[in-house]
Amino acid sequence: MNASTRALEISSHGVVELKIPGRAEWVAVARLAVAAVASRLRFSVDEIEDIKLAIAEACTNSIQSAGGQDAGTIEIVCDAREDELRVTVRDHSTSPRLEPVKTSGLEEGRTEELGVFLIRALMDSVDYTSDPRRGTELVMSKRVTA
Amino acid sequence: MDIKVNVRESEGDAYVVDLTGEIDVYTSPKVKDAITELIDQEHYNLVINLEKVRYIDSTGLGVLIGGLKRVREHGGSVNLVCTNPQIKKIFDITGLVKIFGIFDDEQSAMKALV
Repeated sequence: MNASTRALEISSHGVVELKIPGRAEWVAVARLAVAAVASRLRFSVDEIEDIKLAIAEACTNSIQSAGGQDAGTIEIVCDAREDELRVTVRDHSTSPRLEPVKTSGLEEGRTEELGVFLIRALMDSVDYTSDPRRGTELVMSKRVTA
Repeated sequence: MDIKVNVRESEGDAYVVDLTGEIDVYTSPKVKDAITELIDQEHYNLVINLEKVRYIDSTGLGVLIGGLKRVREHGGSVNLVCTNPQIKKIFDITGLVKIFGIFDDEQSAMKALV
């Protein structure tokens, strides 16, 4: 690693925060922003695509929990670390979500849970909390393997 | 971000739905409308061409699954054309490769319908 590359990687560490309206047309903005952050780390193109999809699924989950209507504000916090990207997606819904799903159920039409399945499959760790005062928070992380 | 949907008649009673762009929670209703319209017109053998789709999420997959379920009720089928490795990976990890016929080109997808 030469000096200029190392300097770039050191400057990649940091926290990026984004707030989007909780409506379908804004999900693309969230996934593109998070992909831009992920590209600052040493993720492969395929891994960045995985992260994009996982974050989009988390935002979609928030919107779907609001019945497909306006889910208020969705907050996305990207914590870019040396060897890991941690992304928090927070909304103000307190409805329970993120039940594990088996692929055998997909054919029966349980497609609303497909997004949750994808998040778990694409990210290294997923934590979910729901608090009546703070809303629902999903914390996902993916480690840099390169 | 948008999705372009083009529907065209092919061999026999089969129809091809060409999709171009990104399929997500915002754009998937447009895809659903096109598929629903075909099925409502009693066209039950469909090839959905995803060659020019750069991105698909769970809502897009849900639309495809919903279409497949409906055509199967009438003895029909939905085959997909998909060469994008990232999208094929999504079908793979969700197990949908076992449900859909996924082909590298339209000719093969069409041939497998009959």
